[in-house]
Amino acid sequence: MDIVSRNNVTVTGPQDAPVLLLAHGFGCDQNMWRLVAPALAENYRVIQFDYVGSGRSDLSAWDATRYATLDGYAQDVVEICEALDLREVSFVGHSVSSMVGVLAAAATPDRITSLIMIGPSPCYVDSPGYRGGFSAEDIDELLESLDSNYLGWSATMAPVIMGNPDRPELGEELTNSFCATDPAIARVFARATFLSDSRDDLKTVNVPTLVLECSQDVIAPREVGAYVHDVIPGSRLVTLDATGHCPQLSAPEATLAALTEFIGNQS
Amino acid sequence: MCRTGPSPDPPEGGETTSTDAAFTALLEDSADELYESAPCGYLSTLMDGTIAKINTTLLTWLGRSREEVVGRMRFTDLLTVGGKIYHDTHFAPLLSMQGSVSGIALDIKKAEGGRLPVLLSSVTKNDSTGRPQLIRTTVFDASDRRAYERELLRERQVAEAARTQAEEDRERLQEALAVLQQSLLPAALPPVPGMEAASHYHTASPDRLGGDFYDLFPLDGKRWAFFLGDVCGKGPQAAAVTSLTRYTLRAAALHDPDPVAALTTLNTVLHERYAAGDPRYCTAIFGVLEQAGDTVKVELASGGHPPALVMRQDGSAEYLPTPGGLLVGILPSAPFTATTTELAAGDTLLLYTDGLTEARIGEERELFGDVALRDFAADLTHTAPHEVIEAMTGLLNSFGDGLDDDTALLALGVPTDRPDTGSDSPT
Repeated sequence: MDIVSRNNVTVTGPQDAPVLLLAHGFGCDQNMWRLVAPALAENYRVIQFDYVGSGRSDLSAWDATRYATLDGYAQDVVEICEALDLREVSFVGHSVSSMVGVLAAAATPDRITSLIMIGPSPCYVDSPGYRGGFSAEDIDELLESLDSNYLGWSATMAPVIMGNPDRPELGEELTNSFCATDPAIARVFARATFLSDSRDDLKTVNVPTLVLECSQDVIAPREVGAYVHDVIPGSRLVTLDATGHCPQLSAPEATLAALTEFIGNQS
Repeated sequence: MCRTGPSPDPPEGGETTSTDAAFTALLEDSADELYESAPCGYLSTLMDGTIAKINTTLLTWLGRSREEVVGRMRFTDLLTVGGKIYHDTHFAPLLSMQGSVSGIALDIKKAEGGRLPVLLSSVTKNDSTGRPQLIRTTVFDASDRRAYERELLRERQVAEAARTQAEEDRERLQEALAVLQQSLLPAALPPVPGMEAASHYHTASPDRLGGDFYDLFPLDGKRWAFFLGDVCGKGPQAAAVTSLTRYTLRAAALHDPDPVAALTTLNTVLHERYAAGDPRYCTAIFGVLEQAGDTVKVELASGGHPPALVMRQDGSAEYLPTPGGLLVGILPSAPFTATTTELAAGDTLLLYTDGLTEARIGEERELFGDVALRDFAADLTHTAPHEVIEAMTGLLNSFGDGLDDDTALLALGVPTDRPDTGSDSPT
């Protein structure tokens, strides 16, 4: 199988530069990096992709069982690393991809050598002695929101969204297409994300790690950022003065600065 | 209602007076008035989500005062928790990337509890340098619409569940059919000492149980029995007859292997079983193989079945006529025609059902027919039974949609010791 087209992998930046693998989270696709990727590509080899089921990935490769847990997404990452034979990768994971990065790094310790987590949460649902910020009912509400919002996705448009190399202009006409996902696929990704518990996996992290959080983030509150920072020995915690869950969009300069400072210190 | 003071453009007649009054009423519907009491909610937020401006309509829907909201609440504070996640993972990123988002369905929380389903559309307003300055949002009351959509969604879920169930049922049925179909045919032909056997079954439709059958089995240490036939009709009823036929012939042959006796027993059983109505019958050839020195002696009898074809080592292909045999099961007693032949090394006996000869070919959709089959078979002399079956399968496939019946093939032959001498190639 051609992993590059399956995951809609795009590569920019100088060939011999250090490798940054940018992994989007639940919701949208690699367009999430559009405000930071060009600047990063000046000094880094920047690899972006869509998880199978998101963006312009090959929907025919999607499998409800594989993508029901974060391991399936980590397998995508590992397969991309192997297909491109990436070495010394700094993995930049947004949101749930932070935990996907943890799993992928454990699976390929010889390839992923540092982790940058943007808005990480190892567990979204509260449990005794742990506050993730959400109850199981909240997650049901989210699933309901997914059901009532098709966001421009429809079965007839799927081939367009999946990529239509002959007529690229088709995709541009779609509104909201960056977040357009087959509702059935979005549901599986939402459950995999918000019902996951990666707290034990966090303890396995043994590579340099940056925890990047926003000062006001409902999805990954500061309490959770502190938890992640505490569990990963030697990790660095940076709090951006930003609201929401996507600082790479809402505060791109500050995000870039934190990223490049951290990666610069690694080499 | 009436303006006082001098009018800049005094009315000249009674008709224009009422038009003027309506126009005046419109003028009094100022932009501010429209903003505050429009039939939708208006909301302006700073880039961090803090509510900077909100109209009276939306405040009324929320059940809150302006003082509680402006500068104190963020937009996401109005949403349910699930809605907040949706906002932060879809709405906000899209707004950043596109500068606008439209028609997103979310619930907003009312102050006294309860929720209002709404449709949200937002655009970002940039300052003179092009930096996003604030977000303008319109909020539509979507209670009725969302109730309707939920109904549609529920209907779709019901339809999907029904479809899944139907697919599962169909799969189970097909599995059952496949198992049944296999019970009508041997899983594999047993090895017969000094002979080679091969077979093929072409199913016209995977959903339908065919009525063709064949078998090959040992009678005693020296003799082997074989049969091939075709039950009239298709589907479960035909399959039931096929099953009865197969096991009757097997049992009859063990009792008395004489081919006519075996077919006579089958005739009695079928006639008795189906005499009461819904008559069922079949055509069949039943035979016995017995090794006799270097050759194999074949005794066979036919009940209304197309004649077997013998392909000889000498390059000839001839039918083995069995005229006069009657359909099996149609009359209380029936004549069956017996014949014998011998197969020497390199000879092959081919049994087939009429799906093969009654296939339609060409644009005129003519019958393939006996003559064409014999000519085709003549080119296959010097080939082993499995090669004959391979060639015949190719022939069946070449018929395409001209072949609309099930077809069974059984080839029995005596192998040559020198398979590829090439001394007398077929003409």
